[in-house]
Amino acid sequence: MTELIAIALITVGLMFFIAGSIGLLRLPDLYSRLHALTKADNVGLGMMILGIIIISGDLLTSLKLILVWLLVLASSAASAHLIAQRARRRERGLWKP
Amino acid sequence: MTLFLTLALIVLILSLCIGLIRIFLGPTLEDRIMSVQLMGTTGVGILLILGLLLDMPASIDIALVLAMLAAISVAALTRKKAMGAKND
Amino acid sequence: METLIWNLFDVLLLTALLALGWSALSTSNLRKGIALFIAFGLVLSLIWARLKAPDIALAEAAIGTGLTGALLLAALRDEESAPAETSVQEPGNRFYAYLLMLVTIILTLILGWGLIDALMNRQHPGLAYDVFAQLDQSGVSNPVTAVLLNFRAYDTFLELAVLLAAVLGIRSLNITRQPYLKAGPVLSGLTVWLVPVLILMSAYLLWVGAHAPGGAFQAGAVLAAAGVLLRLSGYPAAGLPARLLIRRAFMIIGVLVFAMIGLGLMVLGRGFLDYPVAWSGSLILLIETAATLSIATILIMAFLAGESGEPEHQEKPSC
Repeated sequence: MTELIAIALITVGLMFFIAGSIGLLRLPDLYSRLHALTKADNVGLGMMILGIIIISGDLLTSLKLILVWLLVLASSAASAHLIAQRARRRERGLWKP
Repeated sequence: MTLFLTLALIVLILSLCIGLIRIFLGPTLEDRIMSVQLMGTTGVGILLILGLLLDMPASIDIALVLAMLAAISVAALTRKKAMGAKND
Repeated sequence: METLIWNLFDVLLLTALLALGWSALSTSNLRKGIALFIAFGLVLSLIWARLKAPDIALAEAAIGTGLTGALLLAALRDEESAPAETSVQEPGNRFYAYLLMLVTIILTLILGWGLIDALMNRQHPGLAYDVFAQLDQSGVSNPVTAVLLNFRAYDTFLELAVLLAAVLGIRSLNITRQPYLKAGPVLSGLTVWLVPVLILMSAYLLWVGAHAPGGAFQAGAVLAAAGVLLRLSGYPAAGLPARLLIRRAFMIIGVLVFAMIGLGLMVLGRGFLDYPVAWSGSLILLIETAATLSIATILIMAFLAGESGEPEHQEKPSC
């Protein structure tokens, strides 16, 4: 039963991952690609980590995995800000319809 | 279970290859920096699943280090010099 | 069925690696090349993890992702502010290019011959068997650390000396690098807690290297990444001590402790770096601690490439 929950969580996480990557490829604007990248990928990673925590079940490992997710979240947020700031500074990346 | 995890590994590395397409295509440097960040996050996912499949608990340490340093490489690519000097 | 999927995974990883490596070298836009090179290091780290070599994967993740990109970009900025005078298209330089190509092809053929030979003589156990047989007397339980710091300690000693020589060469070029803009709220907010976490991670990798993947090089690289982050956020000293004398002391302490332990053991009547079994663990920890400090300081000094310049006036921090 727990295995099924873990499989379901990891599958949902993978779908978010794919959505984020396809968004990076297909969206027209640099700033919208940034949205797809940071939000979708981090949620996908979070779901996957939840599934992996259920599979491994060890307390220390689970705490480490949650730490990994928090670090990825925080550094993605700061990186996205830095990338958008650089693009804004050079005034490029906007989609011209 | 291991079959499912192995398939998950394939999905993740296909996602990485999609990021590769963007890093080759991307017209601006910012697109390339974003692909580097995508590959960092996908790499963390791949490492965690590899750790489960190959019974390698150290992969969580590798994923920790990768997560911490991804921000530093993006910062290195985007920071500006003091005194208004351009870096492009 | 599963082995088929594993083979597909390996093929995709290798294709990604080759594509990244080729385009990183063949592009003319150097900034694009640096971004490609960072991605290359990342995929290489994944390959090491796939090959069940977590120590190397740790080192590659720390050095390839955090440090290499920053170092290459700093060098690129030096080049752009003071471009070199010689051009590469002179006929004399062409000859050296062809010579280098010939040497690379010969080396590739030799390596290929070695690989085919190794694949055909699969039944030779290799050195792993001997390492595991002697592991109890080495003082640590991680075989990689045992090889690096006990069985082949001399090689590690020479590696630290090579790092020291490299940073002395860099400092002798007498470059001053411009410091970075003072960080705005978002980057400052990240730096304020990421640097202590990096220091903690480095201490953890140093300690855990005795019984799990980790060790001095990985710990030193993570600590250096903390220093690089400080410098990128606008602190010109990059976390190093303010007095030059202490910086120099940190740079040489790795080689110094190694040499003193080796010579001290000779004074006691044993060979150079021949640890007594009861003291192996403690001696290895001592050497690794000194090596971590040294490696971190050397890598940060390579990034600074000289004395840290203070900006003449502070601009208003960007958003």
